[in-house]
Amino acid sequence: MFQSATETQAPPRTQSDCDVELRKVFKVFNGETAVRGVELNVRRGEFFSILGPSGCGKTTTLRLIAGFETPSAGEILIRGESANQVPPYRRPVNTVFQSYALFDRMSVRDNVAFGLKVKRQNPSEIDDRVDRALQLVKMEGFAKRFPKQLSGGQQQRVALARALVNRPAVLLLDEPLGALDLKLRKEMQVELTNLHQDLGLTFVMVTHDQEEALSLSDRIAVMKDGRIEQIGSPEEIYDRPKTPFVADFIGDTNLFKGHIEECDRGSVVLRTDTGLKLVVRPPEDPNDRTVGRKAIASVRPEKIRLSRSAPETEVNYFEGRLQHAMFMGTHVHCVVKLTSGETLTVRQSALPEGHLDDRASVYVSWGPNDGLALSV
Amino acid sequence: MTETANSPPQQHSPQEDAIVDMSQTRTKPNLSWQSIFTVAMFLFMYLPIGVLGFYSFNESRYSANWEGFTLEWYQRLLNDARIFSALQNSLTVAITAVAVSAVLGTLMAVGLSRYRFPGKSLYLGMSYLPLIIPDIAIAVATLVFLAALGIPLTIWTIVAAHIVFCLAYIAVVVSTRLADLDPNLEEAALDLGATPVEAFIKVLLPELVPGILSGCLLAFVLSMDDFLIASFTAGAGATTLPMEIFSRIRTGVKPDVNALSVLLIFASGFLAFLAEYLRLRGERSPN
Repeated sequence: MFQSATETQAPPRTQSDCDVELRKVFKVFNGETAVRGVELNVRRGEFFSILGPSGCGKTTTLRLIAGFETPSAGEILIRGESANQVPPYRRPVNTVFQSYALFDRMSVRDNVAFGLKVKRQNPSEIDDRVDRALQLVKMEGFAKRFPKQLSGGQQQRVALARALVNRPAVLLLDEPLGALDLKLRKEMQVELTNLHQDLGLTFVMVTHDQEEALSLSDRIAVMKDGRIEQIGSPEEIYDRPKTPFVADFIGDTNLFKGHIEECDRGSVVLRTDTGLKLVVRPPEDPNDRTVGRKAIASVRPEKIRLSRSAPETEVNYFEGRLQHAMFMGTHVHCVVKLTSGETLTVRQSALPEGHLDDRASVYVSWGPNDGLALSV
Repeated sequence: MTETANSPPQQHSPQEDAIVDMSQTRTKPNLSWQSIFTVAMFLFMYLPIGVLGFYSFNESRYSANWEGFTLEWYQRLLNDARIFSALQNSLTVAITAVAVSAVLGTLMAVGLSRYRFPGKSLYLGMSYLPLIIPDIAIAVATLVFLAALGIPLTIWTIVAAHIVFCLAYIAVVVSTRLADLDPNLEEAALDLGATPVEAFIKVLLPELVPGILSGCLLAFVLSMDDFLIASFTAGAGATTLPMEIFSRIRTGVKPDVNALSVLLIFASGFLAFLAEYLRLRGERSPN
């Protein structure tokens, strides 16, 4: 009696606009912790990506949402209801596996119809929905084929149709494009975005490809060693990374280790271990802006300007030697060794004043807003 | 720079001619040592069986000399009630042992590949041990065990002993098939709403059927063939076919035993072929 009273007193625990919610979720396998206290909310209709290097726990996180693993601690909510005790076959989610896991002994049509058949829908409705799902992924001409007779890209489409036909609340994608070649992957990326926009479903995708995550997602969670490093929109993750790992993992960057020497509201002065004085944007958290604190400055290669003569700025310009310049078509990729010893990568749309010799003496510079200080 | 890179391919044409010449001279002489060895190997393996077949059509009862073609021994065989009762015993043993082992062995292989539990590797090693333990050890152990418990020897004690090795053979064949399957297959079925039982029956089992069948045929042939274990564990009157044959040749090889052996060789050859065919068909594409 008392207990039930306390339960009803508990505040409403979920926001109704969340399809998936993870609260301090841990997963331990034989003494190895794969997921350490992951907290995330996936909003309804969102394309959410979990991005990280291999072994960071991202696939385990997805398998926890699908129900193939049960959390060692913490809670998983799907559509606001606790799913910890719900087996995978009763969860309103469907998964597209990295290996596709198509049923080789069934035709494409039977593969797609499988989910509806085990749920004992009536046959005419099954036919109808399977036809529409196959049309959706442009595979209506292949209904009678068997999975082994299809190419990788076609199998991928069947796997998508097989999941989508069940009208899940959330579609889980485990490295969906990992097995495809580059050209096909680009095509499927476009189709995934289209599907997401047309269906208005919530997508949760696991990937190690930062470019894929940046181009497809509404929001990204970057994971490392079982923890979430940062959650944010692609722009936030790229422009305002919270940790050196995120800055380094998403895109290319140049990192300078040092400590904060001066600080005001709009900028900090960071003295590197090699003695350079950098003016960059301050860390996001005001607590991290104290003078004397260790910090790392991150400067993106495309923010750096390369010139032959000393630029007309007072801050953030350094002398160095061009080590090599690689022409990449759309841009030139340069490596510059500063006189203080650091090696920088620089991305220029074109080399200044035409051709530069290797080993030429150059200046690099950037504006005070182009770099960012990160707490260590 | 580009010129030096291009020059080696220009020298290629004479080399290519040389390659063509080599492949033309590669035709082997008709009588190489490999073909002599191969023929000798096959004679070594199959000549005794050929001789057996030869005598099974020989009219002479005792002599090794050819005295004319006859089917008498085959006819006599078909009218021999003892042979038929022994065959019936052998089939009862083999079919029962294989049927029980098929169910248990499949479950064993699936359990061992799909679930994590403490002591798994020990269990894995122990379950395949009957494959390497000598038959005589299994035979003696079973006999001593049955005697210690005071269980009377009947045809069913042979079945029990045969299940020991049939189980291991079927489990091995099924687990090789399982190892080739996508580990996400069952998860995909669960994900689509199938209960674990439905996932096993609708998705996993159809993939395993070729493996189970070929394992069963292998175990069946081994059970039919077994003399040692059966002769230790058989009760009175439960004589299997190999036991019957052995008791007959103790008083000298008779032509009807030759005829029986020829039939057995053909039957087991057919089953072995069938098992291999099923296995290969299962590995290739469906339909």
